[in-house]
Amino acid sequence: MNAKEEILARIGRALDGTEETVEVPRRYRRSLDEGTDVVELLIDRLVDYKANVHHGLESIEAALGEAKKVVVPADLPAGWRRGGAEYIEDDALATDELDGMDAVLTGCAAAVAVSGTIMLDAGPAQGRRAITLVPDHHVVVVGRDQIVGHLAQALPRLSRTDPQTWISGPSATSDIELQRVEGVHGPRRLDVVIADL
Amino acid sequence: MSTAFPKAAKVALGMPQLRSNLAHATGTIRGKRAAVAAELDDWEQLRDAASAVKADVQRHLPELLETFERNAIEAGAKVHWARDGAEANRIAARITREAGADEVVKVKSMATQEIELNEHFEAEGLAAWETDLAELIVQLAEDRPSHILVPAIHYNRTEIRDIFKGRMKDAPADLTDDPAALAEAARRHLRRRFLSAKVAVSGANFAIAETGSLVVVESEGNGRMCLTMPETLISIVGVEKLLPSFDDLEVFMQLLPRSSTGERMNPYSSIWTGRAEGDGPKDVHIILLDNGRTDVLADEVGRQALSCIRCSACLNVCPVYERTGGHAYGHVYPGPIGAILAPQLEPGRHDDLPYASSLCGACYEVCPVKINIPEVLVHLRQTGPHGAGEKAAMGAAQAVMARPGLWRAALRAARFFSRPWRRRGYVRRLPFPGSKWTVSRDLGVPPKESFRDWWKEHER
Repeated sequence: MNAKEEILARIGRALDGTEETVEVPRRYRRSLDEGTDVVELLIDRLVDYKANVHHGLESIEAALGEAKKVVVPADLPAGWRRGGAEYIEDDALATDELDGMDAVLTGCAAAVAVSGTIMLDAGPAQGRRAITLVPDHHVVVVGRDQIVGHLAQALPRLSRTDPQTWISGPSATSDIELQRVEGVHGPRRLDVVIADL
Repeated sequence: MSTAFPKAAKVALGMPQLRSNLAHATGTIRGKRAAVAAELDDWEQLRDAASAVKADVQRHLPELLETFERNAIEAGAKVHWARDGAEANRIAARITREAGADEVVKVKSMATQEIELNEHFEAEGLAAWETDLAELIVQLAEDRPSHILVPAIHYNRTEIRDIFKGRMKDAPADLTDDPAALAEAARRHLRRRFLSAKVAVSGANFAIAETGSLVVVESEGNGRMCLTMPETLISIVGVEKLLPSFDDLEVFMQLLPRSSTGERMNPYSSIWTGRAEGDGPKDVHIILLDNGRTDVLADEVGRQALSCIRCSACLNVCPVYERTGGHAYGHVYPGPIGAILAPQLEPGRHDDLPYASSLCGACYEVCPVKINIPEVLVHLRQTGPHGAGEKAAMGAAQAVMARPGLWRAALRAARFFSRPWRRRGYVRRLPFPGSKWTVSRDLGVPPKESFRDWWKEHER
């Protein structure tokens, strides 16, 4: 027997005589209370994570701050490339080139207000995972209609089998005395631009 | 029967710095967890759902594993099966060599600690670098992890600064004990390694059968680095980690972060399905690991331990863990979950751990998947070995308790002989064979008067 066959046989023996199915009670929430201002809630959560929040596409320049070299996915809308920064399209840039970027500017797939989570799924305006990871500063544009209240409302919006990254604030650690400290290996600065797209 | 825990616990209890570090850290996280759990008015409904999903997964494990394998392969992953840790280590080492590498970067993973992958790699002349901050601290200190989530919980910031200064070659000379400065030092230390690593090794928090996807939940970005930058990725995943469908994340991704770090959501979660063209590793391997899990599954009461999602909430609320720390348990899974998992994963080696509990039940109350840890502890005590001395003592107790006259006489004798200790209220050390009892607990002194005597007096 190969390892797979043996493990499956062991499981078969272990389960011998066990009843078939367990009913899963799904009585939990799938949405927030009606009338919740999801944009305000998202902002509240983001600020709690020490992310910076901006309003409108015209604030992209301010969100980028001092960044001079900004990597962007090739399909980033032209109207987002604002201000005097040099925008470099990611054409399978080498890691060292990525490491030389001051910031990255992308869109997202969805955002969950209650947990302050921004979700990327390799869809439009998001690019590959490395570009939102190596630069130390991530500016992400979130469309108002991309914001949902609850996690269960966001999952159907994601492309399930494409690489996903869920981001809730800048890189952080709680490893020293269980206190949250911002800034380890991921982007240490996260700027969120909320806009009507 | 092994007596490793009482001895190790005694040593730990004599270390005031350790106790103070643990009390501070577990106290902090207890408060945070309670606050974010209370924010959700459907917390109990989420726990009910999670518990049922996991129980259902266990009953359908063969089908789910085959579905997962099929979908992962279709998405471009290579799936391996490992009966035990040694087999998983061999497979991982072989893939590393075939990738032309002699070292790997690692995402924090309990499964790889359980199978001692780092030690195996070292013996094979390969290096495995931990990249999680706490794991890095433990690896630099040549120490062992003492907590599931925060392996360096037993160190405070000053001790961590000293470890970095002493053992991290590129640590700045003026390094302070400010946690932000320590995090910065770790960032600089690991950056080059991340950007040049060829092979990474990870575990997974969840494996989704429906899509063949893996999920890794983390905070620092070291996970993203390992999962994204290298050419080759090896993920070692316990067979119990499966979830039937992607939508099950709506339950578990609410429970896990709030239960573990006490956050509404952890900073980063990565979900990947096989290979993605032009994005991340080109060579993606998954090793499905048994290593004793199917033995746990065979125990109808004990199998609920396989529902564990490694949040470590039970450690943080446990009065025993808070005082002894994780090392005393002598296993990679410490605390209440370790006390039921270790003896089942390695039968005969941790028989004393089910006794490392006062059965207070706090662990059950916070468990996001509702593992009834006290129930399993009692079950393991019943089914575990019992020494001749214990049997003799229990036999004697039974004989005395069955005869009311004898029982009253025994109580009178106990009151009489314990008089010298009455003022202090407890006896620290009895002579043999009573020493078997007092080695790990104080013995309460019987009160001056028994309840029966008091009742006789006051009945009228």
